[in-house]
Formats: sequence, C-alpha cells, structure tokens
Amino acid sequence: MKVHEYQAKEILARYDVPIPRGILITEAQEARAAAEKLGGRVVVKAQIHAGGRGKGGGVKLAADPDEAVKLADQILGMTLVTKQTGPEGRLVRRVLIEEALPIDRELYLGVVLDRTEGFPCMMVSKFGGMEIEEVAAKNPESILKAWFDPDVGLHPYMARRLAFGLGLEGDAFKAGIRFMNALAKAYAETDASLAEINPLITTTDGRVIALDAKIGFDDNALYRHKDIAAMRDVDEEDPLEVKASEFDLNYIKLDGNIGCMVNGAGLAMATMDIIKFYGGEPANFLDVGGGASEERVTEAFKILLSDENVKGVLINIFGGIVRCDMIARGVIAAAKKTELKLPLVVRLEGTNVDEGKRLLNESGLNLIVGDGMADAAEKIVKAVAEN
Amino acid sequence: MSIWVNKDTKIIVQGLTGREGRFHAEKCREYGAQVVAGVTPGKSGEEVDGVPIFNTVEAAAEATGATVSVIFVPPPFAADAILEAADAGLETVVCITEGIPVRDMIRVQRILQGLPTRLIGPNCPGIISPEETKIGIMPGHIHKKGGIGVVSRSGTLTYEAVGQLTALGMGQSTCVGIGGDPLPGTNFIDCLEAFEEDDETIGIVMIGEIGGNAEEDAAAFVRDFVTKPVVAFIAGQTAPPGRRMGHAGAIISGGKGTAADKIKALEEAGIAVAKTPAEIGSTMQKVLESHPMM
Repeated sequence: MKVHEYQAKEILARYDVPIPRGILITEAQEARAAAEKLGGRVVVKAQIHAGGRGKGGGVKLAADPDEAVKLADQILGMTLVTKQTGPEGRLVRRVLIEEALPIDRELYLGVVLDRTEGFPCMMVSKFGGMEIEEVAAKNPESILKAWFDPDVGLHPYMARRLAFGLGLEGDAFKAGIRFMNALAKAYAETDASLAEINPLITTTDGRVIALDAKIGFDDNALYRHKDIAAMRDVDEEDPLEVKASEFDLNYIKLDGNIGCMVNGAGLAMATMDIIKFYGGEPANFLDVGGGASEERVTEAFKILLSDENVKGVLINIFGGIVRCDMIARGVIAAAKKTELKLPLVVRLEGTNVDEGKRLLNESGLNLIVGDGMADAAEKIVKAVAEN
Repeated sequence: MSIWVNKDTKIIVQGLTGREGRFHAEKCREYGAQVVAGVTPGKSGEEVDGVPIFNTVEAAAEATGATVSVIFVPPPFAADAILEAADAGLETVVCITEGIPVRDMIRVQRILQGLPTRLIGPNCPGIISPEETKIGIMPGHIHKKGGIGVVSRSGTLTYEAVGQLTALGMGQSTCVGIGGDPLPGTNFIDCLEAFEEDDETIGIVMIGEIGGNAEEDAAAFVRDFVTKPVVAFIAGQTAPPGRRMGHAGAIISGGKGTAADKIKALEEAGIAVAKTPAEIGSTMQKVLESHPMM
C-alpha cells in the first residue's frame, strides 16, 4: 500500500526520523497562515501518489506568504502529469507547506527487501535527488549497502560505514547515524516494503533531514497496522480497482480492449501474454482466485464490463479443485445478468470439463468455446477484430 | 523415483480441523497420501475423518513417525506453525498459506538457516509425486507418473503445463510449487539440483514469472550444473511495471525483474523457452526428441 508524502513523514516522525516542519492544507488561503508559522520562506508540495512531482511543476519554492498562497492556488486542483502518472495525470487535492531549509548536501537513502539475501537492504549514495536506478547505471560504485535483520536493526558498524561512505562529518555524522537507526526501526516496525528518502539532506548547521519521503507497506501485514491501513487514499487508485478490492478480486486495469477473467495469478499473466502473442491487447489482469463462486464470477464480470474500452471477454479457467460445471453455471448466470452483448470466449479445463462445456453449449448464449489456451486467445482476438 | 516425497511419506496436517485443511487433507488421502495426524492447539484427542489430532507437532510426529507437514493455518499464525514444524525436526514443511507478512518470513528463513528442515512455499500449491503422494491443493487427476520434473512459482499455470505434459504422454517425477511470495523457502535452484540428481527425471520444466531475479540465478545454475534438458516459461511479458500482479512477489520494480530479462538469461543458458503458455508441453517434447541423452 502506498501513502502520501505527508503521511510517510508523519509515520517517520513517530520513530524520531527528522523531517522538515510542515503543515498540510486543502485550501489555498490556508497557505498564508502556514507560511507565516513556518518562517515565511516555504516549499509548496503537491501530494499525489506518484514520483517526479518536481519536474511536473508540483513542487515550488515560495519566498514569502503571499507567494505561498499564489503557488498553492496554482497547484491545488491542478492535474499534475509526471512520468509516473501517465498522460492522464492526477488531480491534486492536498498541498504540503514546508519550511525551506538551508541545504548543504543532497544525498540518497533507501531501504528495500533484498530477496536474494532474505533481508532488508539499506542503500545510500552521495547522489541525492536522482533516481537510484539512474545512479546504479551511471555510478554503481557510489552506492553503499548494508543488510540488516529487522528484529535486530542496524549494527553500529553498519551505520558508521554508511555514514563515512557518505562523507558525513562532525555533527552531521552523528545525526546521520541516528537517522539511519531510526529509519531502520521505522521500516521494521511498520512492516514497510520500501522506504526511500530522496533527497536526504544535510543542512549548513549540521542537521540531517528527510526532505522527501516515500514509503510503501506490505499489504499482507496491514492487519496489524490499523492506523496505517486507515491512511489508504482511494482517490489515488483506479475506481474499478477499488471496486474489485471490495470483492477480494485481484484486478489491475490495463490499456487494451480484451477483458480477461482467469483463476490464478500466474495463469492470468500467461493469458494476457498469449492474447498479446496473437495480436490482441489485454484490458486487464484479473485473478478470481481459487474459490471462484457464482457470485464472484458475476462481480468480476460486472467490473470487466464497466471498462468501456473492453470489446470482448476471454474467460480462462483451469478447474482444479474448482469444478468446471460450477464455473460454467457462474459464467452463464453472469452473462445473462449483465446482458452481455460483446463476444465472449470461454476456455474451461480440468475437473468436470465435459459437463461444463455441455452447459455452455446448451445455454443459448452467443459464446464461443475455446479448445485450449492458444485456440481461445486466437478466437477472442479474431472476434474483437471482426466486431 | 521422485524428489523429497513418495508413497511412504507420512504427513501431518497443521490446521486439519479448519475448513480448508480438512477439505484438502481428504483429497490428498483419496490420492493415496498417508495423512497420519493433524495438529490444532487445544484439540488433542479429537479426530477428523478418522485422523487423530494432537496439540503440538512434536507430539504428532512422535506418535506417528511423520516426517512431513503441510500447513493450512491463517496468515497471522503461519510463520509460527512453520517454526514449530522445524523445531519438531520434520524433514519437509509445505506451507500452502497465502498472505504471510514478509517480516515474518525473514524471521522464519533466518531460523531455518541453521536447521535441516526444507520449507516449500509459502503461498504455493504444494508438492506431488504422481501416483505416489500428493501434499497440497493441486488436482491429482491431471498428473501422471513419469520422467519430467516440474518446478513453478505459480499454481494454476503449473496445472496448465502438467495438463499439456500428460496429454502428450509425458508423465512427471515430482511437481513442486515453490510459491508466489518474495521469500520462498525452496527456490528454483534447490529443485533443479534435486531433479538433476534424481535418476528417474529426464527433463525439467521450470515456470517463472516477473519479479526478483530467481530465474536469472536459476539460468546460471543450469548453465553450469544441469545436464538434463530444461524447458522454461516466464509469465508476465505484458505486465506493467510497478504493479503487483496477484502474487506478492510478482512485481517489476526499478526496471528489474522483467520477463524480457529473464527470458534472455534463460536462453543464454541454453534453456528452451516456450513462446506461449500453450507450448510448454510441446516444447519439452521437441527438446527431448533432439536431446543426445534420449
């Protein structure tokens, strides 16, 4: 799960990770009081769940409270387009007003799970403000890493090594070590899956502060972090994906026109791939899961069809424990309930497949039965092209 | 022969009194698996379909001689169930449970490093040695005994591949679902190594997907250590970056873990990569026909 920058900083502050003083606003006029309180010179930052906000014009420096109001007015309500939002952009509903700090250096600090090592990895680089992937490509030797056990935290030597590697000295060296320890603790205790401080700044007076903060959380652990789960902002998600999540359906909207409904994540991805192989474009990823009951199939169907780009539907079910005749009944009921007009190809395999196919053939529905994955994909691509 | 489990394997079901555990244990027994005990804390002395329940894995193993357990307990308790099974000295623990927090699995893996127990999963369909034993939730009837070892990060996509193999007359030695989580207990390399050493296995199918670099590591291992023919398929060629595709581990992040990179690494290691998921079986057939071992 993603959260906004202001929420990430609120969480970090609980673990004594130093953040700039800031005030969240939703009306431009509130920027005046906020800026006055923060010392006049402030940074106005759009709050959306996407990176690249600065380049997109969503982060600006205001010299005084008047300018803060002007900039907040510009940014609030704008549709911010960054390279992570796609061309449609995101509506800015909130703005974070932060004190402008006397920046000395801009550094990078991130924590992410290293699957190979089986531990979180803390990474630092002297090249702050740049994407870490870019740094990894251009200056891989500048990235220093330390793997830590979340139950233990960073060992002192690890933090020292990273702080020395960043060239921190004096007060900033000590502050940097405290920062890293606090971040490691925050990452572990909140079940984060990613924590990125970019840039991490040192100030001319020797402080080390998280100028920006991005945190992602392990969805599987949200049950033990109700406060974090409550920070979910559905405005930042696709409405169909939000709807699907209410029914525990794994749905991700894509740009194509062939809707697909599949049981199992791997088979669902493979179904998207084979649609593409035969010249079509999948409209979504949808895993209805192992317990594909009639109700779930109907809900999944409704969600697929409410994407107006969808011009045809492919259902690919490998009935293992789930019986094909039960799936067939669900599909028939759903197609009738939704008064489906679009081409529908159904491919069933596994337990009770013959009974399932018989039910489909005798349903009176205008559907095409696919014989194997390749045949089914070819048929739906052809049907959509002809329609 | 088969790897890790066979017809003599005695099995404990952790969570046998739950709906899922009971349902799948019954299916496993119908297939011929020796389910000898169940474990549910506080229900010792009870029976489920004639199988005795114990309070602890230790007691269940002691009373029955079981060496393997399969876990069907809910995510908040699953990591503890794995550790209990390992502490009881079981050889193999198969964890079906989906949705275990990563932090719990980091702890489990750190502890398992010092123990001989093999963990398969979590978030996996389990392991089956066709016509011998089935320890998991896969449909038994699509399998057939034979010489193909199958290892996969997916569930239903594995059934798809197995269905194709069986239809083409190629049976399987053992099929291992290693699961869709970022930190699996058993990885591709563990399975490749075991299949390479297994006399009955003549060819290996590995099914990967986007996310992480387990497939790249496996490719390097095949290049250096595997003499048997390997066929691969990678799911997620059309998956968008930055999105988790159902499985917790299936995500392209920071430009890493793409299907294209994985396919390239596999092909460079001499592995035949099926172009579509419909051609996994036929690709294996072709590879076997042209392989010098055959």
